[in-house]
Amino acid sequence: MASYDVNGTAVEHDEEGYITNLSDWSKDLAQVIADAENIQMTDEHWAVVNFLREYYDEYQIAPAVRVLIKAIKKSMGPDVGNNKYMYELFPYGPAKQACKIAGLPKPTGCV
Amino acid sequence: MAADGDDLPKMAHPLEIPKLKCGAMEGLAPFIAAPEHQEPLGYPGELVENWKEVALAKMKELAEKNRAFQVYLDACVKCGACTDKCHYFLGTGDPKNMPVARQDLLRSVYRRYFTFAGKYFPSLVGARDLTEEVLDEWYSYYHQCSECRRCSVFCPYGIDTAEITMAAREIMDAVGKGQKYSNEIIGKVKVVGNNLGLNEKALGATLEDLEEEIEEDTGVSVRLPLDEKGADILLVTPSADFFAEPHIDGLIGYAKVFHEAGVSWTISSYASEAANFGLFIGSYENMREIALRIRKAAEDLGVKRIIFGECGHAWRVAYSFLNTLAGPFDFLDPKYPVPQHILEFTWNEIQKGTLKFDKSQNDHIRLTYHDSCNVARASRMGDEPGGQFEIPRNVIKAVCNHYFDMDRETTHESTLCCGGGGGLLTDDLMELRKKGASPRMTALQQVTEDHGVTHMAAICAICKTQFSKVMPAYGYEMDSIVSVHQLVSNAIILTGQDGAEEDETEAAEEA
Repeated sequence: MASYDVNGTAVEHDEEGYITNLSDWSKDLAQVIADAENIQMTDEHWAVVNFLREYYDEYQIAPAVRVLIKAIKKSMGPDVGNNKYMYELFPYGPAKQACKIAGLPKPTGCV
Repeated sequence: MAADGDDLPKMAHPLEIPKLKCGAMEGLAPFIAAPEHQEPLGYPGELVENWKEVALAKMKELAEKNRAFQVYLDACVKCGACTDKCHYFLGTGDPKNMPVARQDLLRSVYRRYFTFAGKYFPSLVGARDLTEEVLDEWYSYYHQCSECRRCSVFCPYGIDTAEITMAAREIMDAVGKGQKYSNEIIGKVKVVGNNLGLNEKALGATLEDLEEEIEEDTGVSVRLPLDEKGADILLVTPSADFFAEPHIDGLIGYAKVFHEAGVSWTISSYASEAANFGLFIGSYENMREIALRIRKAAEDLGVKRIIFGECGHAWRVAYSFLNTLAGPFDFLDPKYPVPQHILEFTWNEIQKGTLKFDKSQNDHIRLTYHDSCNVARASRMGDEPGGQFEIPRNVIKAVCNHYFDMDRETTHESTLCCGGGGGLLTDDLMELRKKGASPRMTALQQVTEDHGVTHMAAICAICKTQFSKVMPAYGYEMDSIVSVHQLVSNAIILTGQDGAEEDETEAAEEA
């Protein structure tokens, strides 16, 4: 199975780049995944990633896109907390790409 | 081969026949299901050693059990009527995406082993041995069919081509070569109750959040009840309605309609999914297991009616198969159809005059409507033939001032697939999805040019997700795809809504 290299340690991921063991996640790993996705992590990216992880801790699933956006709007203001800007931060979608960086499972289904 | 589908075809017309590109999509294959995705569905974890015997035995079983399948294999006379009817063929130019060629990948093997001529004179009748290359070819091209059945409409023998794809996938599952996307999802439904893996707690929190949002927007408290025993209506809707955009706006629309209609309703956390991917993989057993969850939820909650939300293939399974799979539903109120579509409900309420609308709330958009394949070709709504075409349009026209249909050869029973149906809505097939959408996107571009259409509405979770992903490649914003009940939600005036009286007075003055 393919893996990310985090300071010399291999962290396994699936065919699509989602880590297979969720407890392997670390900030350094997030940085490595972001690099692989061609994303420069900024404070705004981290705000999204951190919220996703908090939400996952509580609910064992990623939040609905609008729940995420509402939370980011609250913490970072409406210029960041809107759908369009989320796609600028994560061009492949705040649900899938941000989840990947946050070490969450991929949302499945008709989404 | 561009992995990101950048080489999208430029079509002069939605149904323009492309130049042939032999082998253009050869080898494209979605991720194979891992053992943990296969086994919960009753399939071997990986390709079994004697896969050839197992595959042929399964084919024999299907042909014996399902008379129609055998007829479909025997009856084709290669007339060619279907050749240019598939959106994937139109979008890719790969001749193996001609429906007849796709069917022949399986038919040729059937001939070899199960017909007299094929056993003794294989080369005369296009019969061929089942080899590993053939199996790989099946895996590739039977995952380039969305089972939309547009080609079947044009087949003079009435061959239901989707049944061939479904059978091929069932055979591949039986030998341990299943598709990750569909099989992982079916596994989740069995454990959690929906495709997304959304548990009860998270679902409850999401619904509460939406209740708050509606109250903030309108000043009216509209409920989205979960697991409420004794409610009259069980709403079964795709779990994408709890998660994705624009689906969730459709869910808000259903809630507002129920609220204004004054009915009691509930969502079930046990059957929190309308989709039934058992259909996509041709598995009666898996389809039945998923359908039975709906029955159990309806019984446990003691509801009188079951209503389905906006989901294309779910409505096919519900309308055409639910009674066979999980019936009889004699415990429900016989006054209502079992099951009912949310659009039937909303249209009835509109006709009764229960709902008030301010259509100008949708004046910022100019609409067209995409008939979803499974609704269009495998179901009906209402009491009249063609209700599945008219009722969604009637509802849209009741809430929007600017509506325009696309080219008639691409709508109603001749509608084009969105390009992501039938278990293909997965990122590893993005190139196919983008190319397969090109006929529909070309039809949309035509109404944009002719009538300034800005948005397209749909009533299927797959269509909505697919279009929001592929529309940007065709020059549209991702939010140019909308839920029909999102339009209803925009326009509906809730009783006691903030500013509603002023708006009405203003409207009256303007009139």
